[in-house]
Formats: sequence, C-alpha cells, structure tokens
Amino acid sequence: MLKQVEGSHAVAEAIALCRPEVICAYPITPQTHIVEGVGELVKSGALQNCEFINVESEFAALSVAIGASAAGARAYTATASQGLLFMAEAVYNAAGLGLPIVMTLGNRAIGAPINIWNDHSDAMSMRDAGWMQLFAENNQEAVDLHIIAFRLAEELSMPVMVCVDGFILTHAFERVDIPEQAQVDAFLPPYDPVQVLDPDNPASIGAMVGPEAFTEVRFLAHYKQRQALRLIPALSDDFAKIFGRASGGLLRAYRTEDAETIVVAMGSVVGTIKDVVDELRDEGQKIGVVTLVSYRPFPVEALRDILKTAKHVVVIEKSVSVGLGGPLADNTDGALRNLDNRPLLHSAIAGLGGRPITRASLKRLFHDAVHAPWEGPFFLDLNERVVGREIHRVRKVRRSGATAENILRQLALASHLPQE
Amino acid sequence: MDDSTLAQQQQKLKYYQKGTFTVGNRLVSDAERSVQASAERSNALTSGHRACQGCGEALGARYAIDAAMRATGNDLIAVNATGCLEVFTTPYPETSWQLPWLHSLFGNAAAVATGVAAAQRVKGKATRVIAQGGDGGTTDIGFQCLSGMFERNDDVLYICYDNEGYMNTGVQRSSATPPAARTATTPALGPEPGNVFGTGKFVPKIAVAHGIPYVATATVADLRDLEAKVIKAMGIRGARYIQINVPCPLGWGAPSYDTIKLARLAVECGLYPIFEAEHGRITQSRKIRRRIPVRDYLILQKRYAHLFRNGVDDPRVARLQAICDAHIEDYGLLGDDEA
Ligand SMILES: Cc1ncc(C[n+]2csc(CCOP(=O)(O)OP(=O)(O)O)c2C)c(N)n1
Ligand code: SF4
Ligand SMILES: [Mg+2]
Repeated sequence: MLKQVEGSHAVAEAIALCRPEVICAYPITPQTHIVEGVGELVKSGALQNCEFINVESEFAALSVAIGASAAGARAYTATASQGLLFMAEAVYNAAGLGLPIVMTLGNRAIGAPINIWNDHSDAMSMRDAGWMQLFAENNQEAVDLHIIAFRLAEELSMPVMVCVDGFILTHAFERVDIPEQAQVDAFLPPYDPVQVLDPDNPASIGAMVGPEAFTEVRFLAHYKQRQALRLIPALSDDFAKIFGRASGGLLRAYRTEDAETIVVAMGSVVGTIKDVVDELRDEGQKIGVVTLVSYRPFPVEALRDILKTAKHVVVIEKSVSVGLGGPLADNTDGALRNLDNRPLLHSAIAGLGGRPITRASLKRLFHDAVHAPWEGPFFLDLNERVVGREIHRVRKVRRSGATAENILRQLALASHLPQE
Repeated sequence: MDDSTLAQQQQKLKYYQKGTFTVGNRLVSDAERSVQASAERSNALTSGHRACQGCGEALGARYAIDAAMRATGNDLIAVNATGCLEVFTTPYPETSWQLPWLHSLFGNAAAVATGVAAAQRVKGKATRVIAQGGDGGTTDIGFQCLSGMFERNDDVLYICYDNEGYMNTGVQRSSATPPAARTATTPALGPEPGNVFGTGKFVPKIAVAHGIPYVATATVADLRDLEAKVIKAMGIRGARYIQINVPCPLGWGAPSYDTIKLARLAVECGLYPIFEAEHGRITQSRKIRRRIPVRDYLILQKRYAHLFRNGVDDPRVARLQAICDAHIEDYGLLGDDEA
C-alpha cells in the first residue's frame, strides 16, 4: 500500500510485517522513532506474539537479542552511533555465535565532539565484526532491505545490519509502498534455527576455542559472507517476483556503461549524485555512479567488473579512518588492485557530522578529479581558513584548549566579522 | 513429599551430626534426602571438567543446577558469564553441561537470560532460565545488566558464585574481595597491605533493595540449605538472586581439602551472613551454631598471611572482627541460646 510516511515509521511497519518475536532497544537519536513505532505496534496488539523489552543499555539490548535468538526466536534491535559502540562487544559476539539477528542502524556520527547528525562512522566502526551490512538509498529501499535482511540472516545464520541514514532517511517523509502481510509471509518463512537451546536436545553454545580451531571458525565466517555474494542477488530476484519491484542486490550501476568517470558511494547521498550525473551527462560528460548496497560482504568482483573500464573512480564516503583516509576508498582500491590498466582512484570524505553534500560541491569535485587530481583523501567543503588558524594557534600556545570548542568560537567570531 | 514441603521441612528441621556438621543422608527418610544424594540427580555439571581440586565454585554449581533441574523437571536452560566456571566446563570441543547452556560474554549474562526467557514466553514454552557467573561477572562488569534484569522483574534466577575475586584471570581484586585480602592487584605491600578497608559492596543487599521476589545467600558448607533455596527460588516467578560463597583454594591460598571447612568458618565467624529476603524484606537469617573469632578463619588462608607475621596479630584483624560483629547484629545471626 502506498503511504506518505516518515522513514522510521515505514521501517517500523516493515519490521512488524517480518513477525519478530523479541524486540529490545534503547533510545538514541536518530533511531528513536523506529523503536517507538514498533513498541506502539506491540502495545496496541497490532503486532501479536512479540515481546518488546525496554532495557537499560544498548549492550543489554543486543544481549537480550542474543539470548532470544539462541533460544529460537526471531530477534530485532536498532541503534546508532554511541549506542553501537556501547554494544560493540555483543556485536562481535552475535556474529561469532552465528545468530541471525537483524539490527537497524540509523547512521550517525560518533563523538567526541558529540554530534547527532548523519554520517557513516558508526557503521564503519563495526565493519569487521562479522555482520553483513546493507545500506539503503531511500526509504523504499530501507523498508525492502529489512525484509530481505531477515531472510538473508536466517538462511546463512549470520546477523545483518541495515544502515539507514539518520535524519536524511529516518526523519524524511516520503511516499513508500508498504508491502502486504501475505507478500512478506510468502518471502520470509518462519525462523528455523540451525542451533537452539532446547532441553530435549541439550547443547553447549559459546565454548572456549583455542588456536587449534579458531582459524577455521573465522575462515567459515568469511566463507559464509562470500556465499552471501551469491545469495544477496538471488534474494533480490526473489523479492522482485513477489513484491513487483527491484530492491537490494549487491550494488547498482547508474549510467556507467560508457562512463570514463565512475563515482562510488553508499546510502542516501547517491540520490544527489545521480542528479549531478544527469546534469553532467547533459553537458556531454561520460560519468556514472555505482551504489554499493552491500558493504559487507564487499562485492569485490562485481565492483571491479563495473569499474575496470573507467579512467577515473571517485569514491565519496561519510567516514574517515583517522590516519589513513576513507575506508570505502581503501576497499575500492583493493578491488582494483590487480587490474592491468587500473583507473585512477580519487578519495573524497564528505558529509561528516551531517554537513550537507551539495550538487555544486559534487560538480566541482568531479571536475577536479579529472582536471586537477589530488593525492590522498580530500575533505569536501573543508573550511580551510578555520583549520589553518587552529593549526597555527596550537603551535603557538601550549594550553590551547579543546579543538571543538576553539573551532566553534572561531566560527562564532567569524560570523560577526566581515568576510575576507 | 513435593519440593515446597521439602523446603519447608528443611527450614524447620535442624540436622546434627558430630564432627563435620554435614547432614548424613543415612539419618533421614528417602524423601528428605538431598538432591545430590539421589542416584536420579541430573548431574547437570558432570565429571571431566578442568576445575582445580577442591574448587568451591564447581561444587556450588553442581548442587545448585542439579537442584534447579529437579525443581523444573529438567526443563531448564543456563546462561553463563565468562569466568572460571565457563572456562573449566567447556574447553572446546568438550562440555560438562548436561543441560542447554549458552555463554555469550563476561558482563551480559543477566540480559542474555532475559532474552532466553522472553523467547520461552513467546514460544509458549514452560522452560525456565538460570543465569550464572562469578562475583566479578556479577558485582562488577555485569552489574548494570543484573540491575536491569532485577528492575524489570524478568523471570530469571541469577546465581552468583562468589569466590571473592577474579580467579579466572589470576586472582585479582573484585568489589566482592574482603578488606585486607591479598590479591594480585591488592598485594600485601606498603602501609595498607591487601584490599583496602571501606571499599567493596555486598550485592545481595542491593538485590534486596530492588524489591525482587526472592534473594538469598548460601554456602557450599550447607548443602541442604543451598538446595532448598534453589528449589524455593524455582518455585517463584520473576527476578531472583542467590549468591553462594564458594572458596577458591588457588586464590585464597588454602589446601583443597579445606574448602568446606573455610566455607563453614566464613559463616560461623559472621563474615558471610546467610539470609533470605522476599520482596525487599529480609525474612530470615541462618543462625550461627558455634561462633568463632574471625582470626580462626583468616589464619588458614595465605591471602591473609600478612596479618599474622612475626607471631603478632595485625590490628586489621580487629577491624575485620568488627565487621563480623556488625553483620551478626545487623542480620540477627545469633540464635536465642547464643546471644
Ligand atoms: C569485557 C571483558 N573484560 C575482561 C575479561 C577477562 N576476564 C575473563 S574472566 C575474568 C574474571 C572472572 O572473575 P569472576 O567473574 O569473579 O569469576 P571467577 O573466575 O572468579 O569464577 C576476567 C577479568 C573478559 N573476558 N571480558
Ligand atoms: S581458580 Fe579457583 S575458582 Fe577457578 S577453578 Fe581453580 S579453585 Fe575453582
Ligand atoms: Mg570470582
């Protein structure tokens, strides 16, 4: 059914359609509306056969999900940013135990400085935890990916994180097609666990493993994610048959066939990038964009196939691995590693802590990539004046104070002074 | 006799046996014999595990889980925090557990158990859930999850095996380590050797403050009392907490044959009060049968050796005695004939 709804609400409805049995979460902006939404559906009786548990922390939230999942229940939680870090130990544990928990991540920056706005630092912090990570481009995809996520998680017995850009998607009102229950039921069979805590068949789960078997356990986790590289496209085909629209998959290419410049990005920013691509195409530039839906597993081969004929690859990402640069750029670089005529890779960090990524800035960036390429990571729309002053001040004054506060002070001063 | 009347009986009856104070099963009728005495016991924690000889925790866990298995007709799931109990029972690919058992992390056993219990409810199953961990996993790193589980009154019995330190990692101090005790992080050095006075916490009292349906302390020195408390706890719904004093020969520096003796002396000197509470009120305490000075308890353990150097008692012994005296008064640990 077509509805004009808030992204969070649409996700909540999608979760309910998946018939979760245990939901537990702890509030954090911008995820709150999602759990409030599911909580309401449980409390009102609209979602039957589901335990909604208000816990005291994110660590407990995911731990409750771990217990529920190991006991054979379909379990769901949601968080963002600081919350994901607070549950970090359990994030790895859920994956290591092979529990098919689905979690929504309302992507948000990580402090300090504390910041509630969108970027992908939180998702990146857990990229090696063993969860599959799918990124939604818009709210329709956010809905669809959750339904796919439960099926994917349960088929492989491995948890899935669905990444939905905080505010940009979670709080945006858009037209979304909310599926029918019968469609979801046809796509998603009841959870049939591969291991379960059962007094009739007692098993010990979570034993201590030493050097004699740890490598094999880790290899098999990696092997499973490699299997997901085949399963994710297959599920997307299945999804299209039942729901009548394409959604999910590993990645999507837009106007890349003859492109000399190909942009790589994830999440909601792709919408803006597509607009810019259209504009530049109209101006005669051969440019296209690849949307990565699946960041883990990372679709090395599929990405390489699209990028291999390009001259320039521009990776735009909302996170920075401090001291290295962009993690997505680094991963993309890895995908291109053994090509003979590999394209030049240009890495751009953008949209940190919610800074808007504008069409004008993107146009400039794509132009520079070809005509004035840079070395290393490029911080889009960096206020160089402010940064320069701060670097200078820190050099001069030992007790220079906290960077964040100093920059805010500078900006406040600057707003009262005539611009240079 | 059903389990609840058995529990009542055991509260009423006083068993005496000369010498060891252990209750001789030979002296009572079949129905009144302990779970451990029964050939039908589940042996939920079976032999072959890697605990040290004389490990109080292994003993306590076997008593407690077997009693819970009896009380639930073997319809039970256990969640375990990281620690000695987890490590010595499940060296991959072996396990000593004869019931479904899950280990997730050090600090989340209470929350994981909440999830397991929620799954039973939603699946319409009657299976009951126990969470268990050491004092570190309970009173320190797992405390937030524990308090959350209590506060929500989730249907979980949490059992803390209190050996008064982080034993699995090599005997470091926890918030359950007694004052003056030497551990690897509170060495017997400097002007205030051992664990500092005025620190630490007694979680059973904090559990009582949550107003949960049932809280008890117990000891491996009193098998019948321990079994009765577990059986009673399994007859109650909601959040329940039992903390069992389990001597650790390795960490306490005591011979493995003294485990039961030390557990008994810890109670008889008043250092470890044994009591029960329901819905926020202490309902009864186990009376001391033959009161001893705390010195008699301390002197058997190397972790207190610095208190008895050169044949002179350190003044800290008197401070520990004062703690015991306060417990005896606060918890009413002396019977009428002793007071
Ligand atoms: C988050 C985390 N921190 C630290 C550890 C290391 N660790 C494992 S067991 C343990 C001590 C356990 O002490 P306790 O809970 O009292 O159980 P015991 O071994 O004494 O029975 C520690 C510190 C860990 N596994 N996880
Ligand atoms: S160190 Fe202590 S608690 Fe651990 S197994 Fe040995 S005796 Fe038991
Ligand atoms: Mg301990």
